[in-house]
Amino acid sequence: MGSDMPGGDGAPRTIKVDYLARVEGEGAMSIRIRGNALEDVALKIFEPPRFFEGLLRGRAFTEAPDITARICGICPVAYQMSAVHAMEAACGVTVGGALRDLRRLFYCGEWISSHALHIYLLHAPDFLGYPSVVELAKDHPEAAQRGLQLKKAGNEIMNLLGGREIHPINVRVGGFHRAPGRADLSALRATLLRARDLAFETVAWTGTLDFPAFEQDYTFVSLRHPDEYPMNEGRVVSNTGLDIDVAAFEAHFEERHVERSNALHCVMIPDGGSYHVGPMARYANNFDRLPPEVREAARAAGLGPVCTNPFRSITVRAVETLYAVIEALRLIDGYAPPERSAIDVVPTAGTGHAATEAPRGLLYHRYSLDDAGLITGANIVPPTSQNQPMIEDDLRRLVPDWIDKPDDEIQYICEQAIRNYDPCISCATHFLTLHIDRA
Amino acid sequence: MADKPKLAVWKFASCDGCQLTLLDCEDELLAVADAITIANFPEASRAVLDGPYDVSLVEGSITTAHDRERLEAVREQSGLLIAIGACATAGGIQALRNFADVRAFTDMVYAHPEYISTLETSTPLSAHVRVDMELRGCPINKAQLLEVVSALLNGRKPNVPQGSVCIECKMRGTPCIMVAHGTPCLGPVTHAGCGAICPAYNRGCYACFGPMERPNTASLAHHLGALGVADDAVQRLFRTYNASAPEFRREGDRHGGGA
Repeated sequence: MGSDMPGGDGAPRTIKVDYLARVEGEGAMSIRIRGNALEDVALKIFEPPRFFEGLLRGRAFTEAPDITARICGICPVAYQMSAVHAMEAACGVTVGGALRDLRRLFYCGEWISSHALHIYLLHAPDFLGYPSVVELAKDHPEAAQRGLQLKKAGNEIMNLLGGREIHPINVRVGGFHRAPGRADLSALRATLLRARDLAFETVAWTGTLDFPAFEQDYTFVSLRHPDEYPMNEGRVVSNTGLDIDVAAFEAHFEERHVERSNALHCVMIPDGGSYHVGPMARYANNFDRLPPEVREAARAAGLGPVCTNPFRSITVRAVETLYAVIEALRLIDGYAPPERSAIDVVPTAGTGHAATEAPRGLLYHRYSLDDAGLITGANIVPPTSQNQPMIEDDLRRLVPDWIDKPDDEIQYICEQAIRNYDPCISCATHFLTLHIDRA
Repeated sequence: MADKPKLAVWKFASCDGCQLTLLDCEDELLAVADAITIANFPEASRAVLDGPYDVSLVEGSITTAHDRERLEAVREQSGLLIAIGACATAGGIQALRNFADVRAFTDMVYAHPEYISTLETSTPLSAHVRVDMELRGCPINKAQLLEVVSALLNGRKPNVPQGSVCIECKMRGTPCIMVAHGTPCLGPVTHAGCGAICPAYNRGCYACFGPMERPNTASLAHHLGALGVADDAVQRLFRTYNASAPEFRREGDRHGGGA
């Protein structure tokens, strides 16, 4: 971290954070100010590229869920879910019934765990002025414990259904390797009932935080499903009228490679506009799909049906956490084990597309297969690639309001604004990324 | 305060999952943080203390010249350097580039390959610096991580599992899925430590903990062939998250037409 103080000769002042903390992955931020004008804002991703789309070529279609999970240790379930749905689409297979419910339950586990991690361990310290949850816990032990126990509840779902919480081993194209019995799932009930209380408290607690006054007129992009809050299925929609099948994603969104970043930037075409994916987008586009008690908790915490202050994303994340706990309980109570843990999927030459809702937002996968089921092409668009231009837009709008403040205050609010998006730089780069040349 | 050991956590090319394992210790995290000074852990804290550090946990593989220099700096500042996870101990899934032309990969993924700076290979930490201990796995096992931290705090040697996944199946009471169901399984050549999760879920081990000591990979590969696994599929089985570990690399090279 460092800053150059303004010189008397009109030299620019630069605020730099060389290694962003409390985000997943390696990124940096740079802000250049000349006089009282903001000159440039750049979010740099220096996470080294790992070339997943390249190394998937020649692998069997059955391997994609496990290989792509390694893109991100924070949201492996999202990668597994997008991969299996894309493969099933390529092979003309639909998974329904209890297996579909189990996938949704599995995703609930990841939403709960990932959101609780971000709310309490990564984001809340910004609002309360601590460097990490460890210091926060000394003054707010009950909040820290609430966060950790909520996170643990999500991990217990992933553990049971997936064998472990990071890079779970039980997902396969067509279903699962082993489906749990009713009694296995019922064992989660007590934990989830307790988690429901913690999630209600979390929504209320986040509503008591101080939010900087800042609103943006966002283009929100998310899935939308006829009768569910979206996770694994739905059309890709926006609050500006977009409504497309997932297979048309690449006709409406384009990844661009910019020099400063190993992550590709994704924009809408044809106008090249930035857009927002993630909890705030899902919430705005699907408020009517939330159960009444969840909507009521949101209202009580100060949220309307649309939230346009990104700092309030912490409350939206809490609302989604509550929803995921309630949905998990519903799925467990209605569960009847499937006859078989997976349906047969015979590979056929062709292309399949899928998008699911990762905790951080829309995650798109496209695979092409040959008739032996080997992958001949892959394209993966993670949420943080899509949010990166939006994060920079937020910083460009935000900094002028803070330009008279000392550099350390500007730096602090900018870091907080970046963390509003829960950016997963590991994901964004895993394809891309970039690099910085220090020849 | 001054006598608490200073811990640092570092990341190279990786998914963040192994360091997340520390944050996934929900019941122990605050107690651990009480017993040590978390001096550098960017994923969890904005506060950074200067080195030297008593213990560094290092995640990720080395894929850029810059990262190689950064790792050397970490080594200089660290008392004990512990490599955590398959990326750090074997190069990770991204080491599949070691079997391919990395320029072709770059062209495939990036519109402007000239913006990308990367090495031809993905290598483990031990290819570049002295490593004091390695924790296997993709990802590492939470209990093992806690055991290592606890052992260090108490000045004793960590007790981490040795042997193959087969031993853990026996301990868990899982009938052998290869014998009972003919399911291809890499358990006989894979380092223990995961608790034999996959066979308990009716799935063959896929070797995310890498090779055990002196694995008989040739014998297993022969057996896989007898179970009907095609030769190119045998190669893929050895070329995953620990593809560049020497024993797996050698066995993989013997299959799939010698590619």
